[in-house]
Amino acid sequence: MTTVAKPLYRKRVGYQAALLGGFATLAAALLIVGNDSTHEAIAERQAEDLLASLAQVIPDKLHDNDLLANAIRVDGSDGRPLTIYRAMKDQHITGFAWRTAAQGYAGAIDLLLGIDASGQLLGVRVLAHAETPGLGDKIEVEKSTWITGFNGRSLRNTPDTEWHVKKDGGRFDQFSGATITPRGVVKAVHEGLVFFRAHRDELAVMNEADS
Amino acid sequence: MSNDYKAIVRDGLWDSNIVFSQSLALCPLLAVTGTATNGLGMGLATTLVLVLSGLVVALFRDITSPEVRIPVFVLIIATIVTLVDMSMNAWLHDLHKVLGLFIPLIVTNCAILGRAESFASKNSPLPAMTDGLMTGLGFTLALVVLGACREVLGSGTLFANAALLLGNSFSFMELVLIPDYRGFLLAILPPGGFLMLGFLLAGKRLLDRQLAIRQQAAQQAGAAAGTA
Repeated sequence: MTTVAKPLYRKRVGYQAALLGGFATLAAALLIVGNDSTHEAIAERQAEDLLASLAQVIPDKLHDNDLLANAIRVDGSDGRPLTIYRAMKDQHITGFAWRTAAQGYAGAIDLLLGIDASGQLLGVRVLAHAETPGLGDKIEVEKSTWITGFNGRSLRNTPDTEWHVKKDGGRFDQFSGATITPRGVVKAVHEGLVFFRAHRDELAVMNEADS
Repeated sequence: MSNDYKAIVRDGLWDSNIVFSQSLALCPLLAVTGTATNGLGMGLATTLVLVLSGLVVALFRDITSPEVRIPVFVLIIATIVTLVDMSMNAWLHDLHKVLGLFIPLIVTNCAILGRAESFASKNSPLPAMTDGLMTGLGFTLALVVLGACREVLGSGTLFANAALLLGNSFSFMELVLIPDYRGFLLAILPPGGFLMLGFLLAGKRLLDRQLAIRQQAAQQAGAAAGTA
């Protein structure tokens, strides 16, 4: 602060309160304006991101609808609401996609599952994770082809007992130095398929909005 | 006046470099410097916040009373960071995807409050903004150097994904220095960041000492020449 003598009124509590209040009001006003002018653009960008991820697990040739518009909400296996994106072609449901979470070595791994109408996996992708770089991050499709090993798997061609990593007597590879990560992903994908088997009829119901 | 600005530039970039000399702002520093590109992005975002907060704090320096200055500064900085975060999310979305996690961390960067308190609140807007810019660039320098060292050692690349940050015309910056490198995990993990920072701090001190010795020698030589 400068050494020039300040007017006395600045020492009063009222001035301090008004100053702080004034800045708080100004900050709030600025944030309202900022939020107002960006929230539409942000929502658009997020929808684009979601569509881009969905396109990786539901091939374009499987649907002619807007995946975001034909989503339904159901109760997930953990009781929390789950948004299921449904692919349709010629008024028939051809596939489903939803987000799920696996328990990894360093917290939750966000996954996106894509399943066709017969219950066969179209693809699995990792949306976000905090696994160890160089070890657990081989679950990313950019780093390794491991995650594409789920393509075409279903509960029919891979029995429940084989949904484990090889170390645990299952069908899926683990990574050298990182077993917990693939184990968690395999478990989450399997749970997703089991959930789909239990709720398939409920998910395939067409709404009026779908036609 | 020009001497003042020279001092501001020198202090911000080197003599009082926020990382190398004051060892401040280590939380964002160690969190983002896995690659040089992330360091660059975080540095530029921080620089923007420093310049803006310097300007605003300097503008209001005469009406801010010493008793409530800290909450006022915190409010100003938090507002600016939030606005930068929202604008980047809306208009620089790809960059935000890379740095999004770290932008709110800028609020916790003690260097910004430090500059507001020790410089911007005592100076007029122009020097305050210059100080913000130079401190920010000094911070960016530290982030990029540390990021580059860790990236080369850890992954064998330099400026990976720079095109994502700066646009496709900058893809020439993305270098693979060591092809088929298996990676050195420690350098990418946080402990490696601490180790690398230690080496860089030691390096800077060594360099400063060498410079001081040389300057002293030159002075003595000059003095000797003067008396002769």
